[in-house]
Amino acid sequence: MIRLGVPSKGRLMEKTFQWFGDRGLILSRTGSDREYAGKVEGADIALVLLSAGEVPRELAAGRIHLGVTGSDLVREKLTRWADRVEVVAKMGFGHADLILAVPKIWIDVDTLDDLDAAAAQFRATHGHRLRIATKYHRLVREFLQANGVADYQLVDSQGATEGTVLNHTAEVIADITSTGETLRANHLKVLSDGMIHDSQATLFRSRVAPLDDAQQATLDDLRGRLADVDRG
Amino acid sequence: MISAIDRERAADLLRQFTDAGAQPVETEILQPAGTLLDLYGEDIRGRAFTTTDPLTGETMLRPDFTVPVVQAHMANGADPARYAYAGEVFRRQEIDEGRPREYLQVGYEVFDGSDPAAADAEVFDLIARAMAPWGALPATGDLGILIAAIEALTTSARRRAALRRHLWRPIRFRRLMERYTGAIPPTTTRSVMLAQLQTTAPETLIDAAGTPVGLRGTAEIAARALSLVEDAATPPINRTEAEVIAMILNMDGPMAAALSPLRDMAVDLPGLDGAVDRLEARADALSRRGHDPAQLSFAPARGRSAMEYYDGFTFTFAAPTRPDLPPLATGGRYDALTAVLGAGRSIPAVGGVIRPGLLGDIA
Repeated sequence: MIRLGVPSKGRLMEKTFQWFGDRGLILSRTGSDREYAGKVEGADIALVLLSAGEVPRELAAGRIHLGVTGSDLVREKLTRWADRVEVVAKMGFGHADLILAVPKIWIDVDTLDDLDAAAAQFRATHGHRLRIATKYHRLVREFLQANGVADYQLVDSQGATEGTVLNHTAEVIADITSTGETLRANHLKVLSDGMIHDSQATLFRSRVAPLDDAQQATLDDLRGRLADVDRG
Repeated sequence: MISAIDRERAADLLRQFTDAGAQPVETEILQPAGTLLDLYGEDIRGRAFTTTDPLTGETMLRPDFTVPVVQAHMANGADPARYAYAGEVFRRQEIDEGRPREYLQVGYEVFDGSDPAAADAEVFDLIARAMAPWGALPATGDLGILIAAIEALTTSARRRAALRRHLWRPIRFRRLMERYTGAIPPTTTRSVMLAQLQTTAPETLIDAAGTPVGLRGTAEIAARALSLVEDAATPPINRTEAEVIAMILNMDGPMAAALSPLRDMAVDLPGLDGAVDRLEARADALSRRGHDPAQLSFAPARGRSAMEYYDGFTFTFAAPTRPDLPPLATGGRYDALTAVLGAGRSIPAVGGVIRPGLLGDIA
Protein backbone atom coordinates (compact mmCIF):
# COMPACT_ATOMS: atom_id res chain seq x y z
CA MET A 1 0.00 0.00 0.00
CA ILE A 2 1.38 3.43 -0.86
CA ARG A 3 0.51 6.57 1.05
CA LEU A 4 -0.99 9.57 -0.72
CA GLY A 5 -1.16 12.91 1.11
CA VAL A 6 -3.89 15.32 0.00
CA PRO A 7 -5.17 18.64 1.38
CA SER A 8 -7.67 17.99 4.10
CA LYS A 9 -10.24 20.67 3.38
CA GLY A 10 -11.68 23.30 1.10
CA ARG A 11 -11.66 23.76 -2.62
CA LEU A 12 -8.18 22.29 -2.98
CA MET A 13 -9.42 19.02 -1.47
CA GLU A 14 -12.56 18.93 -3.62
CA LYS A 15 -10.62 19.65 -6.80
CA THR A 16 -8.07 17.00 -5.89
CA PHE A 17 -10.78 14.39 -5.31
CA GLN A 18 -12.35 15.34 -8.64
CA TRP A 19 -9.00 15.19 -10.46
CA PHE A 20 -8.32 11.66 -9.21
CA GLY A 21 -11.96 10.72 -9.89
CA ASP A 22 -11.51 11.69 -13.54
CA ARG A 23 -8.61 9.22 -13.57
CA GLY A 24 -10.55 6.32 -12.08
CA LEU A 25 -9.57 6.67 -8.44
CA ILE A 26 -12.39 7.44 -6.05
CA LEU A 27 -11.10 9.43 -3.08
CA SER A 28 -13.43 10.19 -0.21
CA ARG A 29 -13.45 11.25 3.39
CA THR A 30 -14.81 8.78 5.85
CA GLY A 31 -16.47 9.21 9.21
CA SER A 32 -17.82 12.56 10.30
CA ASP A 33 -17.09 15.90 8.63
CA ARG A 34 -14.69 16.72 11.42
CA GLU A 35 -12.71 13.51 11.30
CA TYR A 36 -9.61 13.63 9.12
CA ALA A 37 -9.83 10.13 7.71
CA GLY A 38 -10.27 9.04 4.12
CA LYS A 39 -10.06 6.17 1.71
CA VAL A 40 -9.22 5.37 -1.90
CA GLU A 41 -11.23 2.99 -4.05
CA GLY A 42 -9.66 1.48 -7.13
CA ALA A 43 -6.07 1.12 -5.99
CA ASP A 44 -4.01 -0.08 -3.05
CA ILE A 45 -3.49 3.44 -1.76
CA ALA A 46 -3.95 4.86 1.73
CA LEU A 47 -5.31 8.39 1.90
CA VAL A 48 -3.56 10.75 4.33
CA LEU A 49 -5.39 14.01 4.91
CA LEU A 50 -3.03 16.87 5.72
CA SER A 51 -2.78 20.61 5.60
CA ALA A 52 -1.35 21.59 2.20
CA GLY A 53 1.50 23.31 4.05
CA GLU A 54 2.56 20.03 5.69
CA VAL A 55 2.68 17.98 2.49
CA PRO A 56 6.20 19.15 1.44
CA ARG A 57 7.67 18.19 4.81
CA GLU A 58 5.99 14.77 4.81
CA LEU A 59 7.25 14.08 1.27
CA ALA A 60 10.79 15.13 2.17
CA ALA A 61 10.72 12.89 5.25
CA GLY A 62 9.46 9.98 3.16
CA ARG A 63 6.40 9.47 5.37
CA ILE A 64 4.14 9.70 2.31
CA HIS A 65 4.98 8.41 -1.17
CA LEU A 66 2.79 10.84 -3.06
CA GLY A 67 1.41 14.22 -2.13
CA VAL A 68 -0.74 16.98 -3.59
CA THR A 69 0.14 20.57 -2.76
CA GLY A 70 0.97 23.89 -4.40
CA SER A 71 4.29 24.05 -6.25
CA ASP A 72 4.97 27.33 -4.38
CA LEU A 73 4.90 25.50 -1.02
CA VAL A 74 7.36 22.84 -2.17
CA ARG A 75 9.81 25.44 -3.47
CA GLU A 76 9.51 27.57 -0.35
CA LYS A 77 9.79 24.81 2.21
CA LEU A 78 12.27 22.38 0.63
CA THR A 79 15.86 23.28 -0.18
CA ARG A 80 16.97 21.61 -3.41
CA TRP A 81 13.39 20.52 -3.86
CA ALA A 82 14.02 18.81 -7.19
CA ASP A 83 16.43 16.37 -5.52
CA ARG A 84 13.88 15.42 -2.92
CA VAL A 85 10.60 15.23 -4.82
CA GLU A 86 9.60 14.54 -8.41
CA VAL A 87 6.75 16.25 -10.24
CA VAL A 88 4.36 13.48 -11.29
CA ALA A 89 1.64 15.72 -12.71
CA LYS A 90 0.73 19.38 -12.83
CA MET A 91 -2.95 19.22 -11.99
CA GLY A 92 -4.21 22.32 -13.76
CA PHE A 93 -6.03 23.97 -10.85
CA GLY A 94 -5.17 26.03 -7.80
CA HIS A 95 -3.38 28.53 -10.02
CA ALA A 96 -1.79 31.37 -8.11
CA ASP A 97 1.06 33.74 -8.90
CA LEU A 98 3.63 34.77 -6.33
CA ILE A 99 4.22 38.39 -7.25
CA LEU A 100 5.81 41.59 -5.99
CA ALA A 101 3.42 44.50 -5.58
CA VAL A 102 3.97 48.16 -4.71
CA PRO A 103 1.57 51.05 -4.04
CA LYS A 104 -0.19 52.31 -7.18
CA ILE A 105 0.95 55.82 -6.41
CA TRP A 106 4.58 54.77 -7.01
CA ILE A 107 4.51 56.14 -10.55
CA ASP A 108 8.30 55.87 -10.68
CA VAL A 109 8.35 52.11 -10.01
CA ASP A 110 7.44 49.63 -12.72
CA THR A 111 10.33 47.12 -12.79
CA LEU A 112 12.86 45.45 -10.49
CA ASP A 113 15.39 48.08 -11.64
CA ASP A 114 13.07 50.72 -10.22
CA LEU A 115 12.41 48.76 -7.03
CA ASP A 116 16.14 48.53 -6.38
CA ALA A 117 16.68 52.25 -6.99
CA ALA A 118 13.65 53.14 -4.85
CA ALA A 119 15.03 50.90 -2.08
CA ALA A 120 18.34 52.80 -2.12
CA GLN A 121 16.49 56.12 -1.97
CA PHE A 122 14.17 54.86 0.77
CA ARG A 123 17.05 53.68 2.93
CA ALA A 124 18.85 57.00 2.53
CA THR A 125 15.66 58.88 3.43
CA HIS A 126 14.27 56.78 6.26
CA GLY A 127 17.40 55.19 7.73
CA HIS A 128 16.14 51.63 7.40
CA ARG A 129 15.84 49.20 4.57
CA LEU A 130 12.70 49.00 2.42
CA ARG A 131 10.40 46.41 3.99
CA ILE A 132 8.85 43.64 1.92
CA ALA A 133 6.09 41.70 3.69
CA THR A 134 5.78 38.04 2.79
CA LYS A 135 5.49 34.51 4.06
CA TYR A 136 7.59 33.18 1.16
CA HIS A 137 10.96 34.17 2.56
CA ARG A 138 13.17 31.80 0.62
CA LEU A 139 11.50 32.24 -2.76
CA VAL A 140 11.49 36.03 -2.47
CA ARG A 141 15.06 36.28 -1.21
CA GLU A 142 16.41 33.98 -3.91
CA PHE A 143 14.49 35.88 -6.60
CA LEU A 144 15.73 39.28 -5.46
CA GLN A 145 19.28 37.99 -5.02
CA ALA A 146 19.26 36.50 -8.52
CA ASN A 147 18.14 39.88 -9.82
CA GLY A 148 20.67 41.87 -7.79
CA VAL A 149 18.15 43.87 -5.76
CA ALA A 150 19.63 45.36 -2.57
CA ASP A 151 18.66 47.49 0.42
CA TYR A 152 15.43 45.67 1.25
CA GLN A 153 14.41 43.61 4.25
CA LEU A 154 11.86 40.85 4.50
CA VAL A 155 9.26 41.14 7.22
CA ASP A 156 7.16 38.12 8.06
CA SER A 157 3.47 38.28 7.26
CA GLN A 158 1.39 35.12 7.62
CA GLY A 159 -1.91 36.67 6.58
CA ALA A 160 -3.64 39.84 5.31
CA THR A 161 -0.34 40.69 3.68
CA GLU A 162 -1.92 43.23 1.32
CA GLY A 163 -2.87 45.32 4.34
CA THR A 164 0.69 45.73 5.64
CA VAL A 165 1.40 48.69 3.37
CA LEU A 166 -1.71 50.53 4.55
CA ASN A 167 -0.72 49.78 8.14
CA HIS A 168 2.86 51.03 7.65
CA THR A 169 4.47 47.73 8.58
CA ALA A 170 5.84 47.27 5.04
CA GLU A 171 6.35 49.26 1.84
CA VAL A 172 6.09 46.37 -0.64
CA ILE A 173 4.47 42.94 -0.54
CA ALA A 174 5.31 39.57 -2.07
CA ASP A 175 2.26 37.35 -2.00
CA ILE A 176 0.10 34.88 -3.84
CA THR A 177 -2.61 36.33 -6.00
CA SER A 178 -5.07 34.59 -8.25
CA THR A 179 -7.19 37.46 -9.54
CA GLY A 180 -5.53 40.63 -8.29
CA GLU A 181 -8.76 41.97 -6.76
CA THR A 182 -7.40 42.15 -3.23
CA LEU A 183 -4.33 43.96 -4.52
CA ARG A 184 -6.44 46.56 -6.28
CA ALA A 185 -8.67 47.01 -3.24
CA ASN A 186 -5.53 47.74 -1.20
CA HIS A 187 -4.21 50.26 -3.74
CA LEU A 188 -1.34 48.07 -4.95
CA LYS A 189 -0.02 47.18 -8.40
CA VAL A 190 2.14 44.30 -9.62
CA LEU A 191 5.66 45.00 -10.90
CA SER A 192 5.87 44.25 -14.63
CA ASP A 193 8.78 41.84 -14.10
CA GLY A 194 7.82 40.91 -10.54
CA MET A 195 6.50 37.38 -11.17
CA ILE A 196 8.41 35.19 -8.74
CA HIS A 197 6.63 31.90 -9.35
CA ASP A 198 3.42 30.79 -11.07
CA SER A 199 2.09 28.13 -8.78
CA GLN A 200 -0.47 25.38 -9.34
CA ALA A 201 -1.64 22.26 -7.53
CA THR A 202 0.85 19.51 -8.32
CA LEU A 203 1.13 15.79 -7.60
CA PHE A 204 4.61 15.12 -6.24
CA ARG A 205 6.42 11.86 -5.55
CA SER A 206 8.89 11.59 -2.70
CA ARG A 207 12.34 10.54 -3.91
CA VAL A 208 13.27 9.31 -0.42
CA ALA A 209 10.26 7.12 0.54
CA PRO A 210 11.30 3.49 -0.04
CA LEU A 211 9.09 1.33 -2.26
CA ASP A 212 8.80 -2.46 -2.11
CA ASP A 213 7.79 -4.44 -5.21
CA ALA A 214 4.07 -4.26 -4.48
CA GLN A 215 4.23 -0.53 -3.84
CA GLN A 216 6.24 -0.01 -7.01
CA ALA A 217 3.58 -1.91 -8.96
CA THR A 218 0.85 0.28 -7.46
CA LEU A 219 2.79 3.39 -8.41
CA ASP A 220 3.44 2.15 -11.97
CA ASP A 221 -0.25 1.36 -12.36
CA LEU A 222 -1.17 4.84 -11.15
CA ARG A 223 1.29 6.46 -13.55
CA GLY A 224 -0.28 4.42 -16.37
CA ARG A 225 -3.75 5.67 -15.50
CA LEU A 226 -2.61 9.26 -15.37
CA ALA A 227 -0.88 8.94 -18.74
CA ASP A 228 -4.00 7.37 -20.30
CA VAL A 229 -6.23 10.22 -19.25
CA ASP A 230 -3.75 12.93 -20.12
CA ARG A 231 -3.32 11.44 -23.59
CA GLY A 232 -7.08 11.97 -23.84
CA MET B 1 33.06 18.24 12.09
CA ILE B 2 36.18 20.10 13.16
CA SER B 3 38.89 17.53 13.90
CA ALA B 4 41.61 17.71 16.53
CA ILE B 5 44.17 17.91 13.72
CA ASP B 6 42.33 20.94 12.27
CA ARG B 7 42.58 22.61 15.66
CA GLU B 8 46.29 21.87 15.88
CA ARG B 9 46.83 23.31 12.41
CA ALA B 10 44.80 26.39 13.38
CA ALA B 11 46.87 26.87 16.53
CA ASP B 12 50.07 26.55 14.51
CA LEU B 13 48.90 29.12 11.93
CA LEU B 14 47.77 31.47 14.68
CA ARG B 15 51.23 31.22 16.23
CA GLN B 16 52.79 32.17 12.89
CA PHE B 17 50.60 35.27 12.80
CA THR B 18 51.26 36.31 16.39
CA ASP B 19 54.99 35.67 15.86
CA ALA B 20 54.73 38.18 13.00
CA GLY B 21 53.60 40.76 15.54
CA ALA B 22 49.81 40.43 15.57
CA GLN B 23 47.83 40.82 18.74
CA PRO B 24 45.50 37.83 19.35
CA VAL B 25 41.83 38.79 19.46
CA GLU B 26 38.68 36.91 20.48
CA THR B 27 35.16 37.63 19.29
CA GLU B 28 31.76 36.28 20.31
CA ILE B 29 30.21 33.47 18.33
CA LEU B 30 26.72 34.90 18.81
CA GLN B 31 26.61 38.14 16.83
CA PRO B 32 23.72 40.64 16.77
CA ALA B 33 21.94 40.08 13.45
CA GLY B 34 21.14 43.76 12.92
CA THR B 35 24.67 44.88 12.04
CA LEU B 36 25.24 41.98 9.67
CA LEU B 37 21.89 42.52 7.97
CA ASP B 38 22.49 46.24 7.57
CA LEU B 39 25.86 45.52 6.03
CA TYR B 40 25.18 42.52 3.83
CA GLY B 41 21.42 42.78 3.34
CA GLU B 42 18.98 39.87 3.34
CA ASP B 43 21.42 37.79 1.27
CA ILE B 44 23.29 37.02 4.51
CA ARG B 45 20.26 35.01 5.68
CA GLY B 46 21.03 32.48 2.98
CA ARG B 47 24.56 32.10 4.36
CA ALA B 48 24.29 32.50 8.14
CA PHE B 49 22.41 30.62 10.84
CA THR B 50 19.92 32.86 12.55
CA THR B 51 18.62 32.29 16.04
CA THR B 52 16.68 34.31 18.57
CA ASP B 53 17.89 35.61 21.88
CA PRO B 54 14.94 36.21 24.20
CA LEU B 55 16.48 39.45 25.50
CA THR B 56 18.43 40.97 22.62
CA GLY B 57 16.46 39.66 19.66
CA GLU B 58 17.70 38.21 16.42
CA THR B 59 21.19 36.75 16.56
CA MET B 60 23.49 35.07 14.07
CA LEU B 61 26.17 32.45 14.55
CA ARG B 62 29.38 34.23 13.44
CA PRO B 63 29.50 33.86 9.63
CA ASP B 64 32.98 35.42 9.54
CA PHE B 65 35.36 37.45 11.68
CA THR B 66 35.53 40.65 9.67
CA VAL B 67 32.69 42.52 11.32
CA PRO B 68 33.44 41.67 14.98
CA VAL B 69 37.19 42.28 14.55
CA VAL B 70 36.58 45.68 12.94
CA GLN B 71 34.14 46.51 15.74
CA ALA B 72 36.63 45.44 18.42
CA HIS B 73 39.29 47.58 16.74
CA MET B 74 37.03 50.62 16.62
CA ALA B 75 35.96 50.19 20.23
CA ASN B 76 39.41 50.01 21.77
CA GLY B 77 42.06 49.66 19.10
CA ALA B 78 45.38 51.40 18.87
CA ASP B 79 46.33 52.82 15.50
CA PRO B 80 48.08 51.21 13.71
CA ALA B 81 47.08 47.70 14.80
CA ARG B 82 47.58 44.11 13.70
CA TYR B 83 45.27 41.32 14.86
CA ALA B 84 45.23 37.56 14.57
CA TYR B 85 42.41 35.18 15.44
CA ALA B 86 41.36 31.56 15.10
CA GLY B 87 37.92 30.12 15.62
CA GLU B 88 34.75 28.63 14.24
CA VAL B 89 32.57 30.23 11.62
CA PHE B 90 29.13 28.90 10.70
CA ARG B 91 27.61 28.82 7.23
CA ARG B 92 24.25 27.61 6.04
CA GLN B 93 24.53 25.30 3.04
CA GLU B 94 21.35 25.44 1.00
CA ILE B 95 22.80 24.12 -2.25
CA ASP B 96 25.65 21.73 -1.55
CA GLU B 97 25.06 19.34 1.36
CA GLY B 98 28.68 18.21 1.17
CA ARG B 99 30.04 21.57 2.29
CA PRO B 100 30.74 22.02 6.01
CA ARG B 101 28.38 24.09 8.13
CA GLU B 102 31.03 24.85 10.72
CA TYR B 103 34.72 25.20 10.11
CA LEU B 104 37.77 27.03 11.40
CA GLN B 105 39.19 30.27 10.09
CA VAL B 106 42.56 31.68 11.03
CA GLY B 107 42.99 35.30 10.11
CA TYR B 108 45.34 38.25 10.11
CA GLU B 109 44.08 41.84 9.80
CA VAL B 110 46.08 45.03 9.46
CA PHE B 111 44.64 48.45 10.31
CA ASP B 112 47.36 50.79 9.11
CA GLY B 113 46.85 53.62 6.65
CA SER B 114 50.47 54.81 6.50
CA ASP B 115 51.51 52.75 3.48
CA PRO B 116 48.63 50.77 1.89
CA ALA B 117 50.84 49.06 -0.71
CA ALA B 118 53.20 47.82 2.00
CA ALA B 119 50.28 46.62 4.16
CA ASP B 120 48.76 44.75 1.17
CA ALA B 121 52.11 43.07 0.49
CA GLU B 122 52.60 42.28 4.18
CA VAL B 123 49.30 40.39 4.46
CA PHE B 124 49.79 38.59 1.14
CA ASP B 125 53.33 37.60 2.06
CA LEU B 126 52.38 36.28 5.49
CA ILE B 127 49.57 34.13 4.09
CA ALA B 128 51.77 32.99 1.18
CA ARG B 129 54.46 31.80 3.59
CA ALA B 130 51.89 29.99 5.73
CA MET B 131 50.50 28.31 2.58
CA ALA B 132 53.90 27.40 1.13
CA PRO B 133 53.97 23.81 2.55
CA TRP B 134 50.77 23.05 0.61
CA GLY B 135 51.96 24.42 -2.73
CA ALA B 136 48.87 26.65 -2.91
CA LEU B 137 48.42 28.68 -6.10
CA PRO B 138 48.06 32.44 -5.56
CA ALA B 139 45.85 34.71 -7.68
CA THR B 140 45.28 38.43 -7.17
CA GLY B 141 42.88 41.19 -8.10
CA ASP B 142 42.24 44.88 -7.51
CA LEU B 143 38.71 46.22 -7.29
CA GLY B 144 40.17 49.70 -6.88
CA ILE B 145 40.78 49.69 -10.66
CA LEU B 146 37.09 49.12 -11.38
CA ILE B 147 36.02 51.71 -8.81
CA ALA B 148 38.39 54.31 -10.30
CA ALA B 149 37.05 53.55 -13.78
CA ILE B 150 33.46 54.07 -12.59
CA GLU B 151 34.38 57.36 -10.92
CA ALA B 152 36.06 58.50 -14.16
CA LEU B 153 33.04 57.84 -16.40
CA THR B 154 31.76 60.91 -18.26
CA THR B 155 28.18 60.70 -17.03
CA SER B 156 25.92 61.92 -14.24
CA ALA B 157 26.93 61.58 -10.59
CA ARG B 158 23.72 59.61 -10.04
CA ARG B 159 24.72 56.98 -12.61
CA ARG B 160 28.21 56.71 -11.19
CA ALA B 161 26.78 56.25 -7.68
CA ALA B 162 24.37 53.54 -8.91
CA LEU B 163 27.22 51.62 -10.59
CA ARG B 164 29.41 52.02 -7.53
CA ARG B 165 26.60 50.70 -5.30
CA HIS B 166 26.31 47.55 -7.42
CA LEU B 167 30.02 46.90 -7.80
CA TRP B 168 29.57 43.64 -5.87
CA ARG B 169 26.42 42.51 -7.72
CA PRO B 170 27.56 41.63 -11.24
CA ILE B 171 24.03 40.96 -12.56
CA ARG B 172 22.69 44.38 -11.66
CA PHE B 173 25.92 46.11 -12.62
CA ARG B 174 25.62 44.66 -16.12
CA ARG B 175 21.97 45.67 -16.36
CA LEU B 176 22.79 49.22 -15.31
CA MET B 177 25.58 49.40 -17.90
CA GLU B 178 23.16 48.16 -20.59
CA ARG B 179 20.70 50.86 -19.62
CA TYR B 180 23.27 53.64 -19.37
CA THR B 181 24.85 52.79 -22.73
CA GLY B 182 21.42 52.73 -24.38
CA ALA B 183 21.64 49.01 -25.19
CA ILE B 184 18.21 48.40 -23.64
CA PRO B 185 15.53 51.00 -24.35
CA PRO B 186 13.06 52.11 -21.64
CA THR B 187 9.83 50.10 -21.30
CA THR B 188 6.61 51.39 -22.82
CA THR B 189 5.21 52.13 -19.37
CA ARG B 190 8.30 54.21 -18.62
CA SER B 191 8.16 56.07 -21.94
CA VAL B 192 4.50 56.96 -21.34
CA MET B 193 5.29 58.25 -17.86
CA LEU B 194 8.25 60.30 -19.07
CA ALA B 195 6.06 61.84 -21.78
CA GLN B 196 3.38 62.73 -19.22
CA LEU B 197 5.98 64.36 -17.00
CA GLN B 198 6.88 66.74 -19.83
CA THR B 199 3.56 68.50 -19.35
CA THR B 200 2.33 67.47 -15.91
CA ALA B 201 3.79 67.85 -12.42
CA PRO B 202 4.69 64.51 -10.78
CA GLU B 203 2.47 65.34 -7.78
CA THR B 204 -0.53 65.55 -10.13
CA LEU B 205 0.29 62.17 -11.66
CA ILE B 206 0.77 60.65 -8.20
CA ASP B 207 -2.62 62.04 -7.09
CA ALA B 208 -4.26 60.57 -10.16
CA ALA B 209 -2.59 57.17 -9.70
CA GLY B 210 -4.58 56.21 -6.62
CA THR B 211 -5.08 56.42 -2.91
CA PRO B 212 -1.86 57.22 -1.05
CA VAL B 213 -0.73 54.29 1.09
CA GLY B 214 2.54 53.47 2.81
CA LEU B 215 5.50 55.23 4.27
CA ARG B 216 7.11 56.30 1.00
CA GLY B 217 5.60 59.72 0.53
CA THR B 218 4.62 61.88 -2.42
CA ALA B 219 7.77 64.00 -2.12
CA GLU B 220 10.02 60.92 -2.41
CA ILE B 221 8.09 59.53 -5.37
CA ALA B 222 8.11 62.92 -7.11
CA ALA B 223 11.83 63.37 -6.51
CA ARG B 224 12.66 60.02 -8.06
CA ALA B 225 10.25 60.63 -10.97
CA LEU B 226 12.08 63.87 -11.74
CA SER B 227 15.42 62.10 -11.47
CA LEU B 228 14.15 59.64 -14.09
CA VAL B 229 13.32 62.57 -16.40
CA GLU B 230 16.81 63.92 -15.83
CA ASP B 231 18.34 60.51 -16.45
CA ALA B 232 16.39 60.09 -19.70
CA ALA B 233 17.95 63.35 -20.90
CA THR B 234 21.47 62.20 -19.94
CA PRO B 235 23.47 61.11 -23.00
CA PRO B 236 24.49 57.45 -23.07
CA ILE B 237 27.89 56.47 -21.71
CA ASN B 238 30.09 56.48 -24.81
CA ARG B 239 31.34 53.28 -26.34
CA THR B 240 35.04 53.90 -25.63
CA GLU B 241 34.44 54.34 -21.92
CA ALA B 242 32.07 51.37 -21.77
CA GLU B 243 34.72 49.26 -23.49
CA VAL B 244 37.27 50.22 -20.86
CA ILE B 245 34.91 48.95 -18.17
CA ALA B 246 34.38 45.71 -20.12
CA MET B 247 38.13 45.26 -20.62
CA ILE B 248 38.80 45.73 -16.92
CA LEU B 249 36.11 43.14 -16.08
CA ASN B 250 37.62 40.61 -18.51
CA MET B 251 41.31 41.25 -17.96
CA ASP B 252 43.25 38.20 -16.68
CA GLY B 253 47.02 37.68 -16.87
CA PRO B 254 50.25 38.31 -14.98
CA MET B 255 50.22 41.37 -12.71
CA ALA B 256 53.29 42.93 -14.32
CA ALA B 257 51.72 42.62 -17.78
CA ALA B 258 48.56 44.46 -16.66
CA LEU B 259 50.25 47.79 -16.02
CA SER B 260 50.91 48.81 -19.61
CA PRO B 261 47.39 48.10 -21.00
CA LEU B 262 45.87 49.83 -17.94
CA ARG B 263 48.03 52.91 -18.69
CA ASP B 264 46.67 52.81 -22.25
CA MET B 265 43.12 52.67 -20.90
CA ALA B 266 43.86 55.67 -18.71
CA VAL B 267 44.30 57.67 -21.94
CA ASP B 268 40.63 57.00 -22.76
CA LEU B 269 39.56 57.30 -19.14
CA PRO B 270 41.71 59.87 -17.34
CA GLY B 271 41.26 59.36 -13.63
CA LEU B 272 42.30 55.72 -13.89
CA ASP B 273 45.94 56.71 -13.41
CA GLY B 274 45.77 57.02 -9.62
CA ALA B 275 44.51 53.44 -9.27
CA VAL B 276 47.17 52.15 -11.69
CA ASP B 277 49.81 53.98 -9.62
CA ARG B 278 48.53 52.15 -6.55
CA LEU B 279 48.66 48.82 -8.39
CA GLU B 280 52.23 49.56 -9.46
CA ALA B 281 53.27 50.50 -5.93
CA ARG B 282 51.74 47.23 -4.69
CA ALA B 283 53.54 45.23 -7.38
CA ASP B 284 56.81 46.83 -6.24
CA ALA B 285 56.05 46.09 -2.59
CA LEU B 286 55.25 42.44 -3.44
CA SER B 287 58.45 42.23 -5.47
CA ARG B 288 60.48 43.50 -2.51
CA ARG B 289 59.04 40.63 -0.46
CA GLY B 290 60.08 38.14 -3.09
CA HIS B 291 56.80 37.71 -5.02
CA ASP B 292 57.50 38.25 -8.70
CA PRO B 293 54.70 40.34 -10.32
CA ALA B 294 55.57 38.76 -13.66
CA GLN B 295 54.51 35.38 -12.22
CA LEU B 296 51.51 36.48 -10.12
CA SER B 297 48.11 35.85 -11.71
CA PHE B 298 46.07 39.07 -11.78
CA ALA B 299 42.44 39.81 -12.75
CA PRO B 300 41.17 43.23 -11.58
CA ALA B 301 37.62 41.97 -10.94
CA ARG B 302 38.72 38.94 -8.84
CA GLY B 303 36.91 38.79 -5.52
CA ARG B 304 34.07 40.95 -6.78
CA SER B 305 31.26 38.59 -5.83
CA ALA B 306 32.88 37.26 -2.66
CA MET B 307 30.36 39.19 -0.52
CA GLU B 308 33.23 40.59 1.54
CA TYR B 309 32.89 44.04 -0.02
CA TYR B 310 36.55 44.26 -1.02
CA ASP B 311 37.37 47.56 -2.67
CA GLY B 312 41.08 47.28 -3.42
CA PHE B 313 43.64 44.48 -3.46
CA THR B 314 42.18 40.94 -3.36
CA PHE B 315 43.82 37.53 -3.36
CA THR B 316 43.05 33.82 -3.18
CA PHE B 317 45.17 30.71 -2.69
CA ALA B 318 43.80 27.63 -4.45
CA ALA B 319 44.51 23.95 -3.81
CA PRO B 320 46.86 22.86 -6.61
CA THR B 321 45.31 19.43 -7.20
CA ARG B 322 41.76 20.02 -6.04
CA PRO B 323 39.95 22.58 -8.22
CA ASP B 324 36.68 21.37 -6.67
CA LEU B 325 37.59 22.83 -3.26
CA PRO B 326 36.89 26.44 -2.28
CA PRO B 327 40.04 28.60 -1.96
CA LEU B 328 42.30 27.53 0.92
CA ALA B 329 42.88 31.17 1.79
CA THR B 330 41.31 34.46 0.73
CA GLY B 331 41.82 38.10 1.57
CA GLY B 332 41.76 41.69 0.51
CA ARG B 333 41.35 45.34 1.34
CA TYR B 334 38.00 46.50 2.72
CA ASP B 335 38.25 50.22 3.45
CA ALA B 336 34.63 50.81 2.34
CA LEU B 337 33.28 48.29 4.83
CA THR B 338 35.10 49.87 7.76
CA ALA B 339 33.76 53.26 6.64
CA VAL B 340 30.19 51.88 6.93
CA LEU B 341 30.85 50.22 10.29
CA GLY B 342 32.73 53.28 11.53
CA ALA B 343 29.73 55.53 10.83
CA GLY B 344 31.80 57.88 8.69
CA ARG B 345 35.12 57.22 10.40
CA SER B 346 37.22 55.49 7.76
CA ILE B 347 39.85 52.96 8.80
CA PRO B 348 42.11 51.54 6.08
CA ALA B 349 42.02 47.76 6.53
CA VAL B 350 43.43 44.72 4.78
CA GLY B 351 43.40 41.11 5.91
CA GLY B 352 43.20 37.49 5.00
CA VAL B 353 41.92 34.15 6.32
CA ILE B 354 43.04 30.56 5.97
CA ARG B 355 40.74 27.54 6.30
CA PRO B 356 42.78 24.89 8.13
CA GLY B 357 40.05 22.29 7.57
CA LEU B 358 40.68 22.35 3.82
CA LEU B 359 44.39 21.81 4.35
CA GLY B 360 43.55 18.41 5.82
CA ASP B 361 41.63 17.54 2.64
CA ILE B 362 44.71 18.05 0.45
CA ALA B 363 47.39 16.82 2.87
